[in-house]
Amino acid sequence: MTTDARKARVTGASSTIPATGSIQSALANAAAGVSLRQVTKKYGPVTAVETITLDIPAGYYCCLLGPSGCGKTTVLRMIAGHEEITSGDVFIGDRRVNDIPAAKRNTSMMFQSYALFPHMTVWQNIEFGLEMQKISDTERKARVGEMLELVGLSHLSNRKSSQLSGGQQQRIALARALVTRPQVLMLDEPLSALDENLRVQMRTELRRIQKQFGMTFVQVTHHTEEAFSLSDMVVVMSHGRLDQVATPSQMFKAPASQFVAKFMGDNNIFQGKVRHCIPEPASDVDVIELEVDGIGSLYSQGYAVPLGSTAACSVRPDLIRIEAIGAGSGQPNHRVNHVTARIVSIEMTGYVTRITLMEEKTGKDLLCKVRTTDWEADPYSEGQVVSLRWSEGDCVFLPH
Amino acid sequence: MQISSKDLRPYLLVAPQTLTFLFALVLPIMAIVIISFWDFNGFTSVPGFTFNNYLGIFSSPVYLKTYLNTFKFAFLVWLVCVLISYPVAYYLAFRIKSSKWQTIWFLICTVPFLTSNIIRMISWIPFLGREGLINKALIGLHLTNQPVEMFLFSDFSVVLAMVHLYALFMVAPIFNSMMRIDRALISAAEDLGASSFNIQKRIIMPLAAPGVAIGTIFVVTLVMGEFATMRLMSGGKASSVGYLIKNQIDSLQYPMAAANAVVLLAITLLIVFGILRIVDIRKQI
Repeated sequence: MTTDARKARVTGASSTIPATGSIQSALANAAAGVSLRQVTKKYGPVTAVETITLDIPAGYYCCLLGPSGCGKTTVLRMIAGHEEITSGDVFIGDRRVNDIPAAKRNTSMMFQSYALFPHMTVWQNIEFGLEMQKISDTERKARVGEMLELVGLSHLSNRKSSQLSGGQQQRIALARALVTRPQVLMLDEPLSALDENLRVQMRTELRRIQKQFGMTFVQVTHHTEEAFSLSDMVVVMSHGRLDQVATPSQMFKAPASQFVAKFMGDNNIFQGKVRHCIPEPASDVDVIELEVDGIGSLYSQGYAVPLGSTAACSVRPDLIRIEAIGAGSGQPNHRVNHVTARIVSIEMTGYVTRITLMEEKTGKDLLCKVRTTDWEADPYSEGQVVSLRWSEGDCVFLPH
Repeated sequence: MQISSKDLRPYLLVAPQTLTFLFALVLPIMAIVIISFWDFNGFTSVPGFTFNNYLGIFSSPVYLKTYLNTFKFAFLVWLVCVLISYPVAYYLAFRIKSSKWQTIWFLICTVPFLTSNIIRMISWIPFLGREGLINKALIGLHLTNQPVEMFLFSDFSVVLAMVHLYALFMVAPIFNSMMRIDRALISAAEDLGASSFNIQKRIIMPLAAPGVAIGTIFVVTLVMGEFATMRLMSGGKASSVGYLIKNQIDSLQYPMAAANAVVLLAITLLIVFGILRIVDIRKQI
């Protein structure tokens, strides 16, 4: 972590809340799960979301991750009720909400631009939802005050939203969304408008508030790191379909498809034909031998697929060992993957050094990441041809 | 000290606007103000310094009535313009989703404004008159036996013609304000449980208010100075300050006309400052 980021974390933590009892229990009791059953969304002839089935348990922080246009925002808007559902069902808790308008779904949404009402003060912004619910004056006052305290901005209650910084606006937007005690909070790219330091700080704060109240958060993002750092559950989408639903650590270790592996960034992906499936008696996965054009056999772990089918395997850049040519010859285990490559560039980025290489026979680009201290202990130079090795256990088989 | 041509450059750059303002705005107004204190001897203006013109304006019931009449029309025309323009602007800005169609519909709104004011005004006469289209239709439908007189040469026809002339000056700024409203605000309000009535009242109206203010300034200043429409559509029955000033100029009573112009200008400016105090229009420009 850089010094700035560390400072940001400390500041974030220092605004910890005097957790008032009523709000704590009200929010925790409100939390509900979300279920999508075969949900489809069509815009005329274009299918934006195709028969998605997804369960988000109550109290989970779920991130919908994917490139722009993958349908993630549409899913969020369908849950919130800002978008009609073409077919399928959406449940919040055990209530089917297809025909219930956004206002009555007990969800709240935090918008990408925050959508604070520019003509109202901070206090009026937060109070708005309570006024619409016709909640009494005294209770409104108490709840708005409580929320302002929660986000640590009580002193700004008379400001107009245009007089606030990005981070303050974001907190007010959060307070406004939470004050109605929603069962589910939707967040549409909530951090994308902030600069890097503030993003890390607000990320921590969002996660802290979510955990503290045990609420259900559903967030849309195109930022892998953000999704991984925040969520209990990551949902990767592409072309209106779900690619993978997993915990961040599962997804990091074992992406389910080439798309997910690519989207996480930096993974080295090799495409080829399945030649052998070797059952491993000791584990529930098989070792799969993939014939890659120009490179030869690569071994990875996965589940059996028909021989001869086109597939791929992926290896994380931090799991590849760089060795001098000939150093590892005479390997006892013939299943260790091995390619020869030339170092194209070396970038020291801080804790990690990124080494870009080009495979000697096919010209394929490869990436390695080595801890800077390790690299400096055993460096190679640009232009040098080296041997890259990784075990089949570190290599994930991707059937599609 | 020597002045080089370099030092003069900024002055040369601002000279055109300064001179235009000076000769087209400041000097004429100063001339009017000065002449408003001159005397009139029955035949010609006599240079001097007298408050008689102003005293005449403020003490005469005829002037008072004319001023009140002008205010009445300014208010009526403003009210009808707002009532018509707000829904039109709202429809253009929020109900028409494609920006192409927004542009097309807005251009259609401006089409009547491509013809001359006078022609647009006169074209109401065959429509509203005793033998006009409306009366013929009403008689034909047996809704009335004899022509209805109130359509033409009445307050009604004056307001109708003025609204027709000036409504676009209200539609355009309101539309402009509404187009600046972030659509996410509407979604956010819906999300927080606001009904469409509350969204209109609490979100759209306050945010469109600067547009209404700008439109109000346009319409009020235009109607306050009106004389042609007033003369033509009221058949000479109603009078306005503008019409009064024109008559005084025709009879060479320049000091009186100038004094009326100064009073009218002062009142209009007061209204504009009043509006600017209530609504902050700076962000709209």
